[in-house]
Amino acid sequence: MKCKKESPAQKAYLRRQLYRRRLVLFCRIFLFVFFLICWEMSARLGLIDAFIFSSPSRTVRCFLRMMQDKSILVHTGVTLYETLISFTLVVLCGLIGAVLLWSSRNLSEILEPYLVMLNSLPKSALAPILIVWLGSNIRTIIVASISVAVFGSILTLHNGFSSMDPDQIKLIRSLGGNRIHILTKVLLPGSIPLILANMKVNIGLCLVGVIIGEFLAAKQGLGYLIIYGSQVFQMDMVVMSIILLCIMSAALYQVVGILGKFLQQQYHQH
Amino acid sequence: MPPILEVSGLSYSYHTISGETKALSDISFQVETGEFIAIVGPSGCGKSTLLSLISGLLPPEEGSILINGVPLSKSQCRIGYMLQSDQLFEWRTIIQNAALGLEIQKKMDHAAGDRLHRLLKTYGLEQFEHSHPSELSGGMRQRAALIRTLALEPELLLLDEPFSALDYQTRLTVCDDISTIIRESRKTAILITHDLSEAVSAADRILVLTKRPGTICRILPVTFPPSTNRPLERRNDPAFSLYFNEIWKTLQGEGAEKKYEM
Repeated sequence: MKCKKESPAQKAYLRRQLYRRRLVLFCRIFLFVFFLICWEMSARLGLIDAFIFSSPSRTVRCFLRMMQDKSILVHTGVTLYETLISFTLVVLCGLIGAVLLWSSRNLSEILEPYLVMLNSLPKSALAPILIVWLGSNIRTIIVASISVAVFGSILTLHNGFSSMDPDQIKLIRSLGGNRIHILTKVLLPGSIPLILANMKVNIGLCLVGVIIGEFLAAKQGLGYLIIYGSQVFQMDMVVMSIILLCIMSAALYQVVGILGKFLQQQYHQH
Repeated sequence: MPPILEVSGLSYSYHTISGETKALSDISFQVETGEFIAIVGPSGCGKSTLLSLISGLLPPEEGSILINGVPLSKSQCRIGYMLQSDQLFEWRTIIQNAALGLEIQKKMDHAAGDRLHRLLKTYGLEQFEHSHPSELSGGMRQRAALIRTLALEPELLLLDEPFSALDYQTRLTVCDDISTIIRESRKTAILITHDLSEAVSAADRILVLTKRPGTICRILPVTFPPSTNRPLERRNDPAFSLYFNEIWKTLQGEGAEKKYEM
């Protein structure tokens, strides 16, 4: 607070803002609770078939049951592990690929149509081939996940790199710098906001890729649980896995966001 | 002793698939050590291209550029280039920005650090050393950019409309500051501008370029008594408007000729 003595108008403004924030928070929680109650009640009153649609209480019971033998921790851990590995690889491959494309105009022009094609290809179409080639294991899942995110990542970063201000390049050259200097002094530090935005997109895409992979080639993981649960008609297990996925994706996004804020504070002070 | 810069028969064209644009044609002039040259001309006459050629960022198509009698590509002469906009990086503090050239050329040592501090102190940026560019005014940013250029101790200084991004008042004072700094440190400088009064107030000689393709249509020596040699003082000297009108007429005459040709 810069101003110690607040004027009445300022106080009124602050009160209005506080009220608005609380209203938003209340409505968010209310919506959630209302949804849960409706779901639970309609299951209990027999409006929907709890065997097919499950219910909050059944989901929680299923979760507690699987907590006892720790199996749910293993499944969640496996999915998380696969997601983090493929996310790291996507970020690295994306950056290296984009820098390579930027460093050679010929290379980028040669590869552009192929990258565009690979980017728009539905990656789930590749999954069966990957199983045949790599086997029904974690390798397939990680490759599937990387394939979902990496091409878009390269294209986005390369686009950002090539739209940099030509005068910044001219400055580095006038100070006697070469391409390495342009890369390390301007391109990478200047692209940190872009790289972070790209990472936020990638973490979600990697999770999508991991689930696609687990649907087809896994003995563990939340994707496997969803498929297994639907095959043995245990909808509680399916719904619980989906809820865990929701929580995981939100948490991962937040972690990347916090990491990004930290990085941005290191390099950019606005 | 050969002049510090000797340009002879210089031509340059830009090429695209749809055709070529001749930017400069048969440019020849010399610059002596310690001289302050201004180059004026209508926009699009290839002024910036000329500086890019002299700084070695572009290879000449025809003609030659000699620095101290040696071809530019073999020359060891340090050339400083100050761009139109300051290009201070927001992710670096002022002193880090000023040290960029030293860092790239791996010349950052104690002596260079001391020199940098001295420069920042002389030009009134001492207490902004650790600020980020967005916290500085336009004039201060331009001075920081000049320090970045001067830190490499250039023998020849190229200025590409360095004041054009500033508002008029700041522009007058910064132009006064910077040209006095350059004069006092006895640097050789080439200033590009489209502002005629700026050219008259700062330069020893003025090169007037024609419209595209740029050719030199006149070289005008400018002399003021030493007592009124600062840019702001020159502007009050009666000779100022004479020089101004002279260049104005040259440019107008040039324009009229072109019109008849069309």
